[in-house]
Amino acid sequence: MDDLIALECKALTKRFGSLVAVDKLSFSVQKQDIFALIGPNGAGKSTLMKLLTTILPPTEGDAFIENISILKYPAKVREIIGYVPQLISADGSLTGYENLLLFSKLYGIPKNERDKRIQQSLETMGLSTVAHRYVSEYSGGMVRRLEIILAMLHNPKILFLDEPTSGLDPIARKTVWEHLALIHKRDGVTIILTTHDMQEADYLCNKVAIILKGKIVEMGDTEKLKSALGEDATLNDVFIKYAGNSIEADHAYKEIARRRRTESERGS
Amino acid sequence: MLTKRLPDGVEQKANEVRNEAIRKMLRVFHTNTIVFFTSIFVILEFELRKIFHQHSEILFRSLQPILWLLMFGQVISHEIIMNEKIPYIDFLTPGILAQSVLFIAIFNGIAVIWERDMGIVQKFVVAPIPRSAIVLGKGVGSAIRAVSQLIVVYVLAYFLDVNIDWSFFAILGVLLFVILGAILFSTFSLVIACIVKTRERFMGIGQVLTMPLFFASNAIYPIAAMPTWLKTVAHSNPLTYEIDALRAIMLHGTSSTYGLGFDLLFMVFIILILTFIGSVLYPRLAR
Repeated sequence: MDDLIALECKALTKRFGSLVAVDKLSFSVQKQDIFALIGPNGAGKSTLMKLLTTILPPTEGDAFIENISILKYPAKVREIIGYVPQLISADGSLTGYENLLLFSKLYGIPKNERDKRIQQSLETMGLSTVAHRYVSEYSGGMVRRLEIILAMLHNPKILFLDEPTSGLDPIARKTVWEHLALIHKRDGVTIILTTHDMQEADYLCNKVAIILKGKIVEMGDTEKLKSALGEDATLNDVFIKYAGNSIEADHAYKEIARRRRTESERGS
Repeated sequence: MLTKRLPDGVEQKANEVRNEAIRKMLRVFHTNTIVFFTSIFVILEFELRKIFHQHSEILFRSLQPILWLLMFGQVISHEIIMNEKIPYIDFLTPGILAQSVLFIAIFNGIAVIWERDMGIVQKFVVAPIPRSAIVLGKGVGSAIRAVSQLIVVYVLAYFLDVNIDWSFFAILGVLLFVILGAILFSTFSLVIACIVKTRERFMGIGQVLTMPLFFASNAIYPIAAMPTWLKTVAHSNPLTYEIDALRAIMLHGTSSTYGLGFDLLFMVFIILILTFIGSVLYPRLAR
């Protein structure tokens, strides 16, 4: 396999009963790419994310992360990926520093390196001054930045983010983007994120894939996709061309309730 | 047996390869064991730090044994005539200790569902640690909470003039069974949480399960007083064996009905089964 490839999916499929959430996906992501999976709710983005992070086993097919099969060696895959779930993954009843300390222990980072790495990351993400405050007192953007550090502690090869800025205000959103770009530049990590925010994909990602009903309908360089539609075309135009105007597809009641609850708990 | 002798060089080579394979296996086993136990301790540290930040939780929890022993115990002990050779309040004390531990342990499930509603479960499941270590770590965390109940019950027992065996080994034995009880029922609770998945359902089922566990045991009355069908239930209830051991070790002049060794083995056996089921079900919470 190509040494430049970070992730390769081969006919990756996930079915829930008769529902095909991810439909024979085959694609690859190059190392150091920032890759966006865009699509409306229910398109299969989150399921794909759960397959790639070994939370869900695929029904058929396989995917390889740095040449390691998610089907055969999920435990090995977990060692080289970082994951920021859509929901809050930092513990609100602990301080930011405690969260980082405990996860660095879970990831087996040697004692003499822990503090240095934590302090450096806190500084990069602009969280040094609040490190010893409870995470429950953080703003939404601060929680996200902390979670990005949490996911990057063990220097993963690929960082997965599931809707990293959903529920954040525009300013917090921008700060998270800037810091993600910073981390990408610092560590050269491959980033794969899902979003239904075209601005986000446009700002951060050099590659995008539009996913609808479990299938990728278009994929390529962000810039090329835009320029193919005309000089002033935005990513939104690209999306509308391939997907129709369906980004605001019907949210399930449960999904909305869950998201609102999470947002209020996150304090954003 | 292979009788044909291989040429010297080949045999030596084969030996080297075999030894290297054995060394590698041992190394992997060694690393895995270390990872397993460190992971348990880190999960425990999560719990300890939370307890430390919110110690009022422990304080409120201590109300329950106080109510049971001071109100229920005091009143009933004047009315009840027992066939047992010990005063009712003595009989009740280990039962109430076990009950408080059970009620604390049952909260583990709610905490796990809470962590699922956030994304913390997903974070744990994606971490490169054995799932059984997460399950056991949470169990040991519950055990630490449960120890606070032990202290409260001993203090109360002192003032109520319960015939406590204050020897070091007796207290150590009680501690052991309190810890086992907490791990057992918190893991049971985690398994239930993994099945029902939502707070609302867990609240309902939690009640429905804890009360029968409590009443179908020897916590507040002897099993001898039960109708036959209830006796059968009580004899398959781990709480019965926990209380049997606690009663035998905690008090002067009592002995175990089933044998301490059996109590211990039964509980450890159930813990192993529950941990296995919990490790299989826990990752499903993240889906």
